[in-house]
Amino acid sequence: MSSIIFSAMARLFFWAMLAVSIFILYRGHDEPGGGFVGGLVAACSVAILALADGVPSARGMIRVHPVILVGIGLVLAIVSGLPGLVLDASFLTHQWLEFPNGFKLGTTMIFDLGVYLVVFGGFLSLVFRLYEEVS
Amino acid sequence: MIDFIIEHAVVWPVAVPITAAALAAMFWLRQDIQRLVSMVGLVLMLGASLLLLVTVMQDGVQARQFGSWAAPFGISFAADLLSAAMVMITGVLAVAVGVFGLADIRKREEHSGFHPLFLGMLTSVNGAFLTGDIFNLYVWFEIMLITAMGLLVLGKTRAQLDGTLKYAVLNLFSTLLFLLAVAILYGATGSLNMADLSRILATTEPSAALTLSAALFLAGFGIKAGYFPLFFWLPASYHTASITISAIFAGLLTKVGVYACFRVFTLMFEIEGSGLREAMVVIAAGTMLFGVFGAAVQWDVRRILSFHIVSQIGYMLLGLAIATPLAIAGAVFYIVHHIIVKANLFLVAGAIYRATGTYDLRKSGGLMRTNPLLAALFLIPAISLAGLPPLSGFWAKFLVIDASFQGGENWLAAVALFVGVLTLYSMSKIWIEAFWKAPPGVRQTARPVPVLMLLPIAALGAITVTIGLSPEPFIQYAQAAAETLVNPEAYIVAVLGESAGPGVEIAFDPATASPIIIEESVQ
Amino acid sequence: MDVAIALLVGAFMTLGIFLMLSRSVIRMLLGLALLGNGINLLIFVSGRLSREAPPIVPPGAYVPEGAIANPLPQALILTAIVIGFAMFAYLLILGMRAYQSLDADHTDTMRLAEPEDGPRPPLSY
Repeated sequence: MSSIIFSAMARLFFWAMLAVSIFILYRGHDEPGGGFVGGLVAACSVAILALADGVPSARGMIRVHPVILVGIGLVLAIVSGLPGLVLDASFLTHQWLEFPNGFKLGTTMIFDLGVYLVVFGGFLSLVFRLYEEVS
Repeated sequence: MIDFIIEHAVVWPVAVPITAAALAAMFWLRQDIQRLVSMVGLVLMLGASLLLLVTVMQDGVQARQFGSWAAPFGISFAADLLSAAMVMITGVLAVAVGVFGLADIRKREEHSGFHPLFLGMLTSVNGAFLTGDIFNLYVWFEIMLITAMGLLVLGKTRAQLDGTLKYAVLNLFSTLLFLLAVAILYGATGSLNMADLSRILATTEPSAALTLSAALFLAGFGIKAGYFPLFFWLPASYHTASITISAIFAGLLTKVGVYACFRVFTLMFEIEGSGLREAMVVIAAGTMLFGVFGAAVQWDVRRILSFHIVSQIGYMLLGLAIATPLAIAGAVFYIVHHIIVKANLFLVAGAIYRATGTYDLRKSGGLMRTNPLLAALFLIPAISLAGLPPLSGFWAKFLVIDASFQGGENWLAAVALFVGVLTLYSMSKIWIEAFWKAPPGVRQTARPVPVLMLLPIAALGAITVTIGLSPEPFIQYAQAAAETLVNPEAYIVAVLGESAGPGVEIAFDPATASPIIIEESVQ
Repeated sequence: MDVAIALLVGAFMTLGIFLMLSRSVIRMLLGLALLGNGINLLIFVSGRLSREAPPIVPPGAYVPEGAIANPLPQALILTAIVIGFAMFAYLLILGMRAYQSLDADHTDTMRLAEPEDGPRPPLSY
């Protein structure tokens, strides 16, 4: 299936959804959202692209193999637990850096980014496989 | 640094393989790096298992909480003697099978992600052995299922698709039953921590919900472990995978179900007086008999061995059903012996395939003459599986059968002995057809078997012989493990801390089903 | 309320098991998904239903104010849903693949792994 309208709109939606997914990831800790939902939205953005332009062009768009993203995400999630293990003697106890102006940065962000990548990669590898089976 | 590593001994057997799996996935396109990561990861995992075993033997039950959430609210990891033994045996088997895989796994299978999936499956197996939280156990079961499905279908052949579909549907159903049991149990008790549940259930009146939950646990774990009459998915799928994968499945996966049964039915539910014992005795006898009958009519080495997994599971359940310390010690010994021997037999089957080019016994033959070393290496696990002295299987069967006589179940002991004889029939069938018989038709010379295949077979055989010739320390260990299973106070105190005694009193509020702290600690 | 949800759980499970008894692979998978959702609902009920506030800690505070709903079942269900979703997606691909290469959506015709009617081994040696 190739439709110019769908293809053009898919490109638009791809960037819009990707931006939204990063926003969801960012607000995730104290408010609804987070790595899982963000990852799903991001994966959907690529899935739309794959639906419009075919799987090969979508694969080209994200450049790396989805499973590599799963690996990177898993490594990030594990690494985010290590500071807790070293400082507090309990794995995955999250640590926070608080800046004077009230801005807080924590290891949960790294964990969430890991979850984001795992969900993104895992969901995409399933979606690509499914689309390739159909076509 | 050393103290730090020892203090967290219970974390490493899971942390090491999951890190290795993540790294292997990161190098998805570089199979050589994956192989390196996998080997280093397996050796480190073996070291971590050894560390855990030594720590548990010296300092008693080890427990850790995650994310600074105190038990019973957070997820706990706990290792008693049984868990430590299972993790140890997993480590040994993983290295042996990993080395065998270097010679057996094809490029195509490596390309489809053998290494990350293999390491992921080992992570989930160790996680299931170590977790102290019943819902977390469910999560490990699901990870185990999804990685196992991936491994089964790695070669993408038609038979594999067929086998994997049956495997996946029935095992997913079993984990759903398990989840159902957890849901009902949570509704009745308000806790998910196994040590906490043990305390709560000890003082709870028996109710229909608890009986239902216990029955669902038995059914869910029963499918997973391959109990009669729920075993049929096992011989339908295990033989389709590549032999390296079959070997690790045969050694470990069903035993995770057996382990979960031991954990749940010693720590949480009483076997006596709830009708469970009567059911388990019948299931154990059925499992032993039907497994061995199924094996008798097969020609494919892998299918014979698959049916024997089922039959051997019956012996382990037999120990749990009788539930005396002696019987449980016998079953623990049996599990350890069985994992080594069964995986070894599958590896030998892989070597037979390499030498003759077929798994079908009718078409193979003559290996006694062309490959006497392999013949000797087959005899060790085969005789051990049948339970002839002086190998490990003899002591395992001796302990379990002795316990059933002492527990007053004479007919079960008779069934167990009869099944032993039929096991010998199957093993001698493989022996006669593959090793003694003259090869049929035009003889193609047997191909050589690579050293990387013979090495793990010989190493596992050496362990079998060691257990057989000096069973005393292993039996003592099994008895100590059974002691902590029958009297779980040490486990409970290790997980819940001193709060298991006086101190923080956690009660259950039936209105909201959430645990509430009644009285703060006055330490 | 509890009774209504309990009936719903019952309906989900009945339908799920009915579909799972079918010989068609795709119906079997749909049955599994329905059964899983029924169990998720059951977890929700076993955490007790209440009309109280969502379990969210207000900004600046360390404990929630007043009575809140039990947050644990929600966490458990979320986990179970995620796992169930991944499993269902995987099984769909597997089922589709099996349909394409075995040319069968009917479990009775899937006999590749276990061929019928092989010759019996000898009764003795």
